[in-house]
Amino acid sequence: MSVTAQAHVEDHAHDHGHHHKETFITKYIFSQDHKMIARQYLITGLIMGFVGIAMSLLFRMQLAWPGESFPIFETLLGKWAPEGVMDADIYLALVTIHGTIMVFFVLTAGLSGTFSNLLIPLQIGARDMASGFLNMISYWLFFLSSVIMVISLFVEAGPASAGWTVYPPLSALPMAQSGSGMGMTLWLVSMTVFIASSLLGSLNYIVTVLNLRTKGMSMTRLPLTIWAFFVTAVIGVISFPVLLSAGLLLLMDRSFGTSFFLSDIFIQGEVLHYQGGSPVLFEHLFWFLGHPEVYIVILPAMGIVSEVMSVNARKPIFGYRAMIASILAIAFLSTIVWGHHMFISGMNPFLGSVFTFTTLLIAIPSAVKAFNWITTLWKGNLQLNPGMLFSIGMVSTFITGGLTGIILGDSTLDINVHDTYFVVAHFHLVMGISALYGLFAGVYHWFPKMFEGKMMSKNLGYIHFWITAIGSYGIFFPMHFVGMAGVPRRYYENTAFPMFDELTDVQVLMTVFALITAGAQLVFAYNFISSIFYGKKGPKNPWNATTLEWTAEVKHIHGNWDGPIPHVHRWAYDYSKTDENGEYILPDQDFVPQTVPLQKDEEELNH
Amino acid sequence: MTTLLVLIVLVLVAIAIWQMTKMFEFAQLKTNSSEIANDSDNKYNGYLLFAFLIFIYGITIFSFWKYSKVLLPEAASEHGSGYDYLMLVSFIIIFFVQTITQALLHYFGYKYRGEKGKKALFYADNDRLEFIWTIIPVIVLAGLILWGLYTWTNIMDVNDEDDPLIVELYAQQFNWTARYGGEDNVLGAANVRMIDIDKANVLGLDESDSYAADDIIVKELHLPVGRKVNFKMRSQDVLHSAYMPHFRAQMNCVPGMTTEFSFTPITTTEQMRQNPDVVDKVKRTNALRAEWAAEGRPNSDPWEFDYVLICNKICGKSHYNMQMKIIVETEEEYNEWIKSQKTFAETVMVADGREPNFNPVGAETAELSYGTQD
Repeated sequence: MSVTAQAHVEDHAHDHGHHHKETFITKYIFSQDHKMIARQYLITGLIMGFVGIAMSLLFRMQLAWPGESFPIFETLLGKWAPEGVMDADIYLALVTIHGTIMVFFVLTAGLSGTFSNLLIPLQIGARDMASGFLNMISYWLFFLSSVIMVISLFVEAGPASAGWTVYPPLSALPMAQSGSGMGMTLWLVSMTVFIASSLLGSLNYIVTVLNLRTKGMSMTRLPLTIWAFFVTAVIGVISFPVLLSAGLLLLMDRSFGTSFFLSDIFIQGEVLHYQGGSPVLFEHLFWFLGHPEVYIVILPAMGIVSEVMSVNARKPIFGYRAMIASILAIAFLSTIVWGHHMFISGMNPFLGSVFTFTTLLIAIPSAVKAFNWITTLWKGNLQLNPGMLFSIGMVSTFITGGLTGIILGDSTLDINVHDTYFVVAHFHLVMGISALYGLFAGVYHWFPKMFEGKMMSKNLGYIHFWITAIGSYGIFFPMHFVGMAGVPRRYYENTAFPMFDELTDVQVLMTVFALITAGAQLVFAYNFISSIFYGKKGPKNPWNATTLEWTAEVKHIHGNWDGPIPHVHRWAYDYSKTDENGEYILPDQDFVPQTVPLQKDEEELNH
Repeated sequence: MTTLLVLIVLVLVAIAIWQMTKMFEFAQLKTNSSEIANDSDNKYNGYLLFAFLIFIYGITIFSFWKYSKVLLPEAASEHGSGYDYLMLVSFIIIFFVQTITQALLHYFGYKYRGEKGKKALFYADNDRLEFIWTIIPVIVLAGLILWGLYTWTNIMDVNDEDDPLIVELYAQQFNWTARYGGEDNVLGAANVRMIDIDKANVLGLDESDSYAADDIIVKELHLPVGRKVNFKMRSQDVLHSAYMPHFRAQMNCVPGMTTEFSFTPITTTEQMRQNPDVVDKVKRTNALRAEWAAEGRPNSDPWEFDYVLICNKICGKSHYNMQMKIIVETEEEYNEWIKSQKTFAETVMVADGREPNFNPVGAETAELSYGTQD
């Protein structure tokens, strides 16, 4: 099957791109070219990220200076901040939409969508995705869902505000919370469209990786990026439909009076008719997606980091097969650990035991990955480009955040830190910051590929990295202590509890760090935009990488390679490989591109 | 204090920017203006990686030095000491691993920073090394899993041994109510469908159930020290979570079902107020509150330590102020208190709707327990 598909593509290789008359609309808007779609994903994702991060600053200011009046609140929130004092309802809405946007729109679509689209065809040696049309639809559905989500911010009664996990009954009953009316409906509609987009994208990625690899590109010669995107897509296909079902059932409970998740409710002086449903069922369905989702977010980051780190260390990634095995193990385990979000939800404690067991197991492949990255640096010749720094930073935050997972994954220890700031600190480091670092590493590294050879300014990149690195720890490290002091998350203010009074200092510290760190992202935004237009052109293969994307034309053409698709003769990690005499395989060049056949007497050290 | 912290941050940022500009200058000295890292970039960023390692250790030490005191005092429940011990051991393991791995990561970043002409080592695989760092986490985690599961099974085993006190925690937007079984220590049947606001039967007790008649409904949770308490949690509207941090106890309250948690309080409120950590905390907090009072801010009266039950599952607008005071006292004090409370039969079943539906509490706590009613 793979052979026929490939032959088919090659037959058509030469009439791709050249003869079509491209209009503005087919080139920039309804483009079916994966490189353009990748850019569309990235820019949409970054804009959504801007909105999401701005929201976090607003509620961080409220937490540090509770009840204080800020003109900026009134400017941005209008009637939700009378005289500049933030309203408690809009606080919850900000927290909810921040979570939704960052998890789904930035880190799922913005990260996986961008780099899967850009790199899968280029790194496996394909002219485009298996279906360019579906790919286009996938992006436009994502765009549509982003628009709906943004529109929901302007609803009269306020946007969804039941937390990004939208647990019913709170999310189901407009009587319980004003945001659970139209705002919640739009949230559900937006997510439904988003899921459709994600599924179309994922199916496309899977088919492309399986069928369109160029000659010689066996699965064990794939760069780890592709492995990560491929497995991410598989998890997405398995788990996103479950969220769709949860969303649909919730929609029915809300609109048609069914009782899937609701039972025995007395609110605002009257008994509602719901009978026999269970909110715990919703939690199961939600987290059946929700947990794999965090791996959907982090696996692409891991793949990008593996690749960027190896290229810049001028060394093969250590333990290539162990890295693939750990990706597969993480993917498998990620689908059977969801219950660790529900230890104290009222589900049977025995189930809690099972989920503790599987959850702590997932620490093993994660540990293997961390150790392998560290070993990849050992005795390297590290080229500390911004992408490389973000990769190192990602390993650092992944370890710091991952370790506290041992506490949260342990059902016993979870009892007292569940839903406190300890959890917030944990997941922001391990999946929020780490995945963002992965995104940044990818953007700095593949910017020349995305924007026809132009490069981002490295000095602005360094400023961006170092302020972000310090700021992220400054925000989230002290936050663990707030959690262990017992402060619950999603509290509008902590002033109702004198026992939390002395934590105000910590809140101020975290908020100051947050403001500074967000400021550093403006440096990135400036660098990104100005480099698109005025970036210095670098060489065709600026980082001296072995992978196929750097053999493709610098100028974007539909079909990627002007001539025939290159064939592959070795794995992606022949950096600093030497012969018996200690000389590089190719004279004066410390890397051997995948397209170079094995040299005489060269051993294929394909690990 | 806040100013100090802000200053520290600003100093750190200033140092970062100063380093950055230095790096800039060096980078620009070279005529090479490519956007690819050169030896000087590698050198300065290598140094910065090392400095960053020191920063990570620094912020760790700073946080422990500065914020250890804000952590919860020692556990006030029987299972709590086991919980705290497991937490301590897990933390020691975590910090051991964290210290070593971060050191290796950043030190390698510094030590192996690139130089022109340097040759990296082609080192793709080592089965033994990988086996070692697979098997060590396996063993450590196996230990933690077994220990954790053993403790978990014990904590979650809610049974009727040792004559536990049966208490219902009833959650609604945005306050808590507690119900005791009364003389017979058995809770009468209840369902939201039997709520009768006109008769002030707000918990929906079944008036025809003989077990319900002696139930006692209160707005302040009193617990006798040393006696096991079995909590039955209910919610009438949305999800809530009954979080009692000082007792290392938490369980969600789910509409449509009854959830359970059980613990034995071992320290009375009075004893906890004498705990040196708590004494210090109260002193610090009251110093802060005195400052606030001087500024004329509301909510700045002196504070006296009390255990609290707080809501820890997002439940709506006033989620942040859904609490109930918990008082742990001696058996005698508890008996005296419970005797002074009216039963369901005395309050609701005879009431004509104008009487208070449950037992009143001190004015101060009442205000807190009702939260903000919107």
